Amino acid sequence: MTDQRPVVLEVDDLRTWFFTDQGIARAVDGVSFSIREGETVGIVGESGCGKSVTALSVMRLLEESARIVSGTIRFRGRDVIAMRPAELRAMRGGDVAMVFQDPMTSLNPVIRIARQLSESMTIHGQSGATAASRGINLLGSMGIASPERAMTGYPHQFSGGMRQRVVLAMGMSNEPALLLADEPTTALDVTIQAQILDLLGDLNRDFGTAIVLISHDLGVIATICARVIVMYAGEIVEQGPTVEILANPRHPYTWALLNARPGLDTDRGDRRLTTVEGMPPDPLSQPPGCRFAARCPFRQPVCDDHPPLLDAGPERLARCWLAGEEPFERQARRSPDAAAEFVPAATPIMEVKGLVKHFHLRGGLLARSHIVRAVDGVDLTIERGEIMGVVGESGCGKSTFARTLLRLFKPDSGSIRFDGQEIATASAATMRPLRRRLQMIFQNPYASLNPRMTVEAILAEPLRYHGLATNAAETRRRIDELLGLVGLGAGARERYPHEFSGGQRQRISIARALAVEPDFIVADEPISALDVNIQAQIVNLMIDLRERFGLTYLFIAHDLAVVRHICDRIMVLHLGQVAEIAPADDLFTAPLHPYTRYLISAQPALHGPERGTDRLKLTGEPANAIDPPSGCRFHTRCPIARKVCADAVPPLRLLRPRHEVACHFPGEFA
Amino acid sequence: MSGARIAEILAAQPPPVSPWRRWRHQYGLAALGGTIVLGWIIVALAAQALAPWAPNAVEVTARLRPPSTLHMMGTDELGRDVLSRLIFGARISLITGIVVVTIGAFIGTVLGGIAAYAGGLIEEAIMRLTDLVLCFPPIILALAIGAALGIGTTNTITAMLVVWWPKFARLSRSLVLQQRSLEYVEAALVAGYGPGRILWRHIMPNSVGPLIVLVTLDVGNAIIIFAGLSFLGLGVVPPTAEWGSMISEGRELVAQWWVASFPGFAILSIVLGFNFLGDGVRDWLDPRSRRQ
Repeated sequence: MTDQRPVVLEVDDLRTWFFTDQGIARAVDGVSFSIREGETVGIVGESGCGKSVTALSVMRLLEESARIVSGTIRFRGRDVIAMRPAELRAMRGGDVAMVFQDPMTSLNPVIRIARQLSESMTIHGQSGATAASRGINLLGSMGIASPERAMTGYPHQFSGGMRQRVVLAMGMSNEPALLLADEPTTALDVTIQAQILDLLGDLNRDFGTAIVLISHDLGVIATICARVIVMYAGEIVEQGPTVEILANPRHPYTWALLNARPGLDTDRGDRRLTTVEGMPPDPLSQPPGCRFAARCPFRQPVCDDHPPLLDAGPERLARCWLAGEEPFERQARRSPDAAAEFVPAATPIMEVKGLVKHFHLRGGLLARSHIVRAVDGVDLTIERGEIMGVVGESGCGKSTFARTLLRLFKPDSGSIRFDGQEIATASAATMRPLRRRLQMIFQNPYASLNPRMTVEAILAEPLRYHGLATNAAETRRRIDELLGLVGLGAGARERYPHEFSGGQRQRISIARALAVEPDFIVADEPISALDVNIQAQIVNLMIDLRERFGLTYLFIAHDLAVVRHICDRIMVLHLGQVAEIAPADDLFTAPLHPYTRYLISAQPALHGPERGTDRLKLTGEPANAIDPPSGCRFHTRCPIARKVCADAVPPLRLLRPRHEVACHFPGEFA
Repeated sequence: MSGARIAEILAAQPPPVSPWRRWRHQYGLAALGGTIVLGWIIVALAAQALAPWAPNAVEVTARLRPPSTLHMMGTDELGRDVLSRLIFGARISLITGIVVVTIGAFIGTVLGGIAAYAGGLIEEAIMRLTDLVLCFPPIILALAIGAALGIGTTNTITAMLVVWWPKFARLSRSLVLQQRSLEYVEAALVAGYGPGRILWRHIMPNSVGPLIVLVTLDVGNAIIIFAGLSFLGLGVVPPTAEWGSMISEGRELVAQWWVASFPGFAILSIVLGFNFLGDGVRDWLDPRSRRQ
């Protein structure tokens, strides 16, 4: 069946190049696609593949150094490239709307919502009065509870998810034919992400707006998009219906993207993920043959010739000489000792009891001061060699909990026993020798390395400080050893952090943590800033290192699929309190707390959009840790809450082997 | 069609910029500033050899002579050679400017860094003290302190130092606060390093860029303020040659423009020199902006 709907956007052989001092970067290099009315299309690819530049080219919002050197962009038959500035302005925000990644910066902080929202309409020719009333309707249809009140507010009064709804309302205000959404949910929590994705789906259904969703996450795209375009190194490498591409990718890069991502519903078996090594080619010097060939596990001699987009089935195209051949097999694991699953010892390394950490927010001279109950009574025992996952929405206290364990914060009460020694109240002097054994890997590889130190200096400092290397030769030998462990060559030694990619920096960060031969490592969202394939590489590295050195990890993440994949046990935190602690598989197959159920359901999974409808929808925003609800802190959002939930705090009870839950009605919500 | 168009666009592109031109684009002004500053330093060091006359040699018969081959910048009311006084005046101006700013910056940076890192009462105490000093107009406060201490270069420098450190304390505090929240500082805490090491080895090198820029920009400012204080009668003890006091002496001589103008141009040139240099230092210090 071919789609008969008229084409809204037609892009043909688009080439957008950046003219830099170093040469010409071919960011978008011969991209052709068309979007029909009311269609949902996803564009996926890793950072730098040209997906955002494609969208910006369509909007003609390119920066100065970028030029569209060839190709056509037609919006409803009109040539966008030839448009004069006035026509362009009428198109932007009128017929084509765009939503950006960061809702925190895409609204003007000093202008009320009402004015920002009506401005987008009055500029496109509506009267002020209709704009105001339409604005209220729009906010309402974006799922904002009291739109009249929201209109009078300023952006800072809203959470990230709410702001993204306001941004979407602005985008939808002129009933555009096409909505370009560039990573609209990347900065949001998984529960809020699910809400926004649902909203996008509703907008498409109710208004007939065609949606182009740009994301690095195939799961996000699979949630709402019927068709998907995969980009790599400035080119489209594969396109076709989402369901078919997920089931049977016809380009090795798509295959690699799919395999690098752990599934929520797949058996874990060996925990290492399939990765393709290497990095995308330098856009300044694209190879003449297939651009993926250098990393491709299925490379053939023919790949020295640049492949065109070849027919790969009905409505499917793939830029691969092997597109018509047999399906790609999931490759065998590379690790030799993968057969022997690592079993953690049953001796506790970290015992936490009743841990409390409150922050006092100082008010002004006359304002009341507030207490943020970041961590409010957490009990947890972590065994030696275990990978303990911590999940929860932002603001649930997971980072504070981890930092308190490492005594970066002094707990207000409770006990932390590390390897039998009480460290909750230990002085700085007592902590100093223990610091070596407690290490941390950080979320943002761009901020976690001192930009003024070379890799050598970064790694040498802890070695010398803790007396693990006493002379220059020994330091050098250890540094080379560490760089080898994390998969970086000795050539990295002399270079500065900014010369490395995000994934490589994360490897340096891991090497720094390993330098002091630690026992316990907190990994605070170590992969959330990385591309999918690099994520898989880092996860594999962490698993390898655990087996090699018997490390214990506390792994904080918001991506539940990854957590399930690599963790032995998982703790679910909600507003500073434990909701549930259980072995990973048990937690996912039989969660007892309703909150856990919602978190699992909100995670985008790799199946087509039509299966997205059976997802559980958690309505509302997380409550506030300054003034948490009484009783069970989840009761305001819980569908099975009864009176007792508002009155009494549910205790953490052991209901199944190693499976603890804090709920009055465990397992009743199914 | 598109192939031809691409070829056309590529042909229209300017040829790649040569490394020399790129360097000149990035550091050209800084090099100019550096040359001016270096030039003045050489002039100050070699004053004895360069000056055609003794700076304080009074020649009553040759008062207020316009520029000539004998006195290239003319003479002042006492018949002293303006050029020679200008050359010797460079010593005082450069020394006071650099001394005031470096010592002031050092004190301010240390106090501001400690305030930001320690927090609590220490921070309150240090920052309220800076507020206290900043309440007063700097020249008036320096003038009052200088007057109390008495005329003289050292006394005036001391007076200027009292008003000079707070701006560095404020800047350094905000820079340290900003760096402190970054993860690499947390990584240093996790590694067990003490506060001194974290502050000096990790935070400061990353904060020093804006501070150095302020230092280089501020040398010109200090020279102006010192000249101003000399103009008002503090600063150097007459008859020592100093640019500010030279302007002061020439301020009522409208027809004899050379007496005040040449020291004015000298101040202008050195302030500009330090400003250009400051901008270049900022670019050069940041390894991220350095090109490979």
